[in-house]
Amino acid sequence: MSLITLKNVGYQVDQTPILTDINLAIEAREWVTIAGPSGSGKSTLVRIIASLLSKTSGDLIFDGQPIESYDPIIYRRRVSYSFQQPTLFGDTVRDNLAFPYQIRQLDFDEARAITGLEYVGLTESDLNKAVNDLSGGQRQRVALLRNVMIYPEVLILDEVTAGLDAENKAFVWSMIQHFNQDDGLTIIAITHDQEEIDAAKRLITIEAGRIVGGKA
Amino acid sequence: MNLAVNNQSLVLALGLVMIALAIGWHEKLGIDRDMIVGVVRAVIQLFVVGYLLKYVFRLNNGWLTAILILIIIFNAGYNAKQRSDGIPRALPISIGAILISTAVTLGVLMLAGAIKFIPSQMIPISGMIASNSMVAIGLCYRNLNAQFKQERQAVLEKLALGADLKDASKEILRDSIKTGMQPTIDSAKTVGIVSLPGMMSGLIFAGVDPVRAIKYQIMVTFMLMSATSIGSVLACYWAYRGFYNERKQLTI
Repeated sequence: MSLITLKNVGYQVDQTPILTDINLAIEAREWVTIAGPSGSGKSTLVRIIASLLSKTSGDLIFDGQPIESYDPIIYRRRVSYSFQQPTLFGDTVRDNLAFPYQIRQLDFDEARAITGLEYVGLTESDLNKAVNDLSGGQRQRVALLRNVMIYPEVLILDEVTAGLDAENKAFVWSMIQHFNQDDGLTIIAITHDQEEIDAAKRLITIEAGRIVGGKA
Repeated sequence: MNLAVNNQSLVLALGLVMIALAIGWHEKLGIDRDMIVGVVRAVIQLFVVGYLLKYVFRLNNGWLTAILILIIIFNAGYNAKQRSDGIPRALPISIGAILISTAVTLGVLMLAGAIKFIPSQMIPISGMIASNSMVAIGLCYRNLNAQFKQERQAVLEKLALGADLKDASKEILRDSIKTGMQPTIDSAKTVGIVSLPGMMSGLIFAGVDPVRAIKYQIMVTFMLMSATSIGSVLACYWAYRGFYNERKQLTI
């Protein structure tokens, strides 16, 4: 049984279809790359999968149950969504890495945060660094780390490497690879980057709100 | 009594309105009509209220007093709702918040023996409490709308990380409650230095010893703190859920 199944999923706003007849099955631990022109509905699709939007037709099954049967808050802790150009919260890096614990009423695992920071090329002292002092690449790494401080099952990435230089892009790419291969997270990643598209294990191409192709 | 306002002096004081009208006309502000309507409305409303209050005070009936207080609260709630700019259920939220803030504040004042349940005390005090609560709630609504638009991306990201609605809105709520209370806190800080507020001025005007008059003003300062804080907290906590749908998604 697939982890995520979309059957004839559609989304429309005021009679205007944004997504039409999306059929898709995603297995656990799979890495799915989604490509397509701007405005084709890629972000809408992944936001529906992340429960930040509700489809207007069709079925979305997660782990054997329709998405409507889950409390959206609990669901989003299992299916985590990371934005292009993320907003960091509060004042410091710590505020961001502690947020996932705070919303679950758990004690902040500082040791894990430090390990994470070191893994993404930052240091223990950066924990108290002001978010305004981070570079674009560092912001993206901290934001991604925030998504995985407490592991979700699915990590959705909406063009998280867009706007990063080659070095940062490669770094973020290797982070995602680690999450997928070593930690078994299912990855759904939107990208415009040709290298990432070429390297995709499974590619889905969307145009004008429909799946038009890809490779398995 | 050393008050000397009679009908004749009021007519002469109308000259003051002429000054405002002349400025409006000379500077082409285009508000002459508004000003005239405002002055006429103020005069008619105040005359009606004056005679009504005279009648109600003389009747001294508990039920009538309670009904008038409820009418004041409803009007205040309706006015606060006008500032909500589409926040769902703003009318019941506004009325509920003003009702509770007024009831709690009046209750404490009565228990403390500061006021008695007689119309000449209850009605003016209720009006002061309800109108301040109304202004505070209006400010809360405006701030909620502005902040949810401005912080939309941050709220979305918090939701995406699995925050519940309260955690996702916490900063906005805090900021909005503060905005609602701020004018009361500011005016408490400057009372007596910048302004001699209405209650105290009125008493001094009517010949009351200033040292007694300030005691009333201190009471008013306390009661407005309570009214605006209760009104702001309730209105913000009841209203913020209106920015989300039943699937806990942000709708703006």
